[in-house]
Amino acid sequence: MWSFFHKLGSPRWFYDIGGKWLPWFALAAGILLVTGAVWGLLYAPADYLQGNSYRIIFVHVPAAFLAQSIFMMMAVSGAVGLIWKMKLADMFLKAVAPVGASFTFLALFTGAVWGKPTWGTWWVWDARLTSMLILLFLYFGVMALQAAIEDANVAAKACAVLALVGLVNIPIIKYSVDWWNTLHQPASLKLTEKPTMHPDMLIPLLIMIVGFYCFFAAISIMRTRNEILEREKRTAWVKALVQTGGRNA
Amino acid sequence: MTVIKKSGPDAGMIATLIAVLKRDLTIAYRRKQDLANPLVFFIIAVSLFPLGVSPDKSFLQEAGAGVVWVAALLATLLSLDGLFKSDFDDGSLEQYVLCPQPLFLVVLGKVIAHWLVTGLPLLLLSPVLGVMMFLSGEQIKVLFVTLLLGTPVLSLLGAIGAALTVGLRSGGVLISLLILPLYIPVLIFGTGTVNAAVSGVSTLGFLSILGAMLALALALSPIATAAALRISMSN
Amino acid sequence: MNDKPLIEAKSLFCERDDRVLFESLSFDIHAGEMVQIEGPNGSGKTTLLRILSGLSEAYEGEIYFNGEDIASARAEYFSNLLYLGHKPGVKAVLTPVENLVSYTACRVNRSGAEIEAALAKVGLNGYEDVPCHSLSAGQHRRVALARLYLSDAPLWILDEAFTAIDKAGVKTLEQLMAQRVAEGGTIILTTHHELSVGGGLRKITLGTGAIA
Repeated sequence: MWSFFHKLGSPRWFYDIGGKWLPWFALAAGILLVTGAVWGLLYAPADYLQGNSYRIIFVHVPAAFLAQSIFMMMAVSGAVGLIWKMKLADMFLKAVAPVGASFTFLALFTGAVWGKPTWGTWWVWDARLTSMLILLFLYFGVMALQAAIEDANVAAKACAVLALVGLVNIPIIKYSVDWWNTLHQPASLKLTEKPTMHPDMLIPLLIMIVGFYCFFAAISIMRTRNEILEREKRTAWVKALVQTGGRNA
Repeated sequence: MTVIKKSGPDAGMIATLIAVLKRDLTIAYRRKQDLANPLVFFIIAVSLFPLGVSPDKSFLQEAGAGVVWVAALLATLLSLDGLFKSDFDDGSLEQYVLCPQPLFLVVLGKVIAHWLVTGLPLLLLSPVLGVMMFLSGEQIKVLFVTLLLGTPVLSLLGAIGAALTVGLRSGGVLISLLILPLYIPVLIFGTGTVNAAVSGVSTLGFLSILGAMLALALALSPIATAAALRISMSN
Repeated sequence: MNDKPLIEAKSLFCERDDRVLFESLSFDIHAGEMVQIEGPNGSGKTTLLRILSGLSEAYEGEIYFNGEDIASARAEYFSNLLYLGHKPGVKAVLTPVENLVSYTACRVNRSGAEIEAALAKVGLNGYEDVPCHSLSAGQHRRVALARLYLSDAPLWILDEAFTAIDKAGVKTLEQLMAQRVAEGGTIILTTHHELSVGGGLRKITLGTGAIA
């Protein structure tokens, strides 16, 4: 009964609530990102070792954070969808996979750009970058599977299983890549592993991280709402919404 | 005669597992020509490296374990496409999914059969390829043990991908996309252990990690595969 | 026996490729009934049977077998069910006997003699040890049908069971089904044949929204 209630209520409820939250998240993301970027890029002190090139961490670190946590969210919502047959979870999973992949790519790209002045090459088989690359492969797998299965329900469930298998594997992958890294290049400068960070660097970084999360919240609400409309287009409430020009929310 | 059974099936779980295993081995035996394909692929893929990179002894000695591992991994992957496909095409899979026994048992039986007809021959062939790659006796021994522990993991993990893609047209390539990232830890520890053996480090710890991976895969992957099969059946 | 339905389907809903096959479809099937699902091509007959058999989970609504949700009491439901789909589920490289052994192995205990007797009943004596790929399409189908003689399941779900079967074969099958129902078994089927099993046949029509 409870699951039936949820099934009935969820997508529409989320569509309305999400519509209300969306502008606030977008606003918060805008303010935080501008503040964090200006502070981090213009006012934070230069690193004594790396000079100004370290400033890319203000993008790299939040992107890497999100890349990992989005995969976790995807797997958790996949589990929710599998166990409680909650449609909204399925839709969320489909909506955020490309977003997660984009953040992973961003983290990789900024890592590579950082590598150029730091190590003198665009790519280093550093443990973190390699783990991030494998994470990108995992995202690609989920997206490819989603695209290959035509039935939306089946696709969502299949992707949920894959995301869960991926989630179990991520710590194993991380551990083995770390071990592999020590085997091949014992001592190298690691990205983002600063024993102590000056507060003037840390605070804008934290602002950027929160800003990225708000940005992600806004994007994922938008995409999930789109997905809801697509999947529920047959229902009366979506039809009514279309007729009134989407203004009744 | 038409009494509704309250308890599950008559047949025991072990009997089911053995029946599946026996059936798949019989099928494999009747299609002997298919068995050779992954093996031939394995040998060709390994011989591409001396041809494509360098036949230099010191290079091959260093890269050999990795080359054999990558080739074994790809050969397993190629053979996985057929794990559930023919059963899906002729409807046998439907009957297995509707079997009153837990589906993971059927999966386990099929995966064991798959390993016996692809993983095991690859394993047995690996010392020959090790010699071709100028690996030392010690290296070959360690390589053999890592493959012994690692190739069942490849079959078990690959079954998840095969189950997820069983009804799809784009099956073959898609499996690789889904499964190769999951193979990375096995590959890393498989080759890493051989390399560690060269530098004289004790390999026991690394081998036990591979063993732990095998135990984990054995416990979790049949369940995930069974769930994936049921999902694919709904399509 | 009692008036509790064997199968109880409650407000089933299923859509395929943005097309609603059926919605708020509810029906009861009692023990001892023979029910034919009918409707035009594409009306979802096979889909409904796959859902009823527990193969497909792509539906909304609830299905109860003997009062229990089939999605949760899976093992119990499956041990009471025989399903024959469009695809016969017969492995071409195996012999008829091997096929039936691997089918019964995870279900009921059946001796070799019983399996050979079942094959004889579907007219396949002499073919026991021939690989199925050398059999004709009709004989292929008969291997699958031999399961009916080996089954003690109270519920049979048969999707186009008569495909590729000759007239005499159809007749035997009709007799078997009539006998089965008389013994209290339940059969849900689809077929394009006109069944001559007497008046005991109930029809559920898809595609029109009406249930007879």
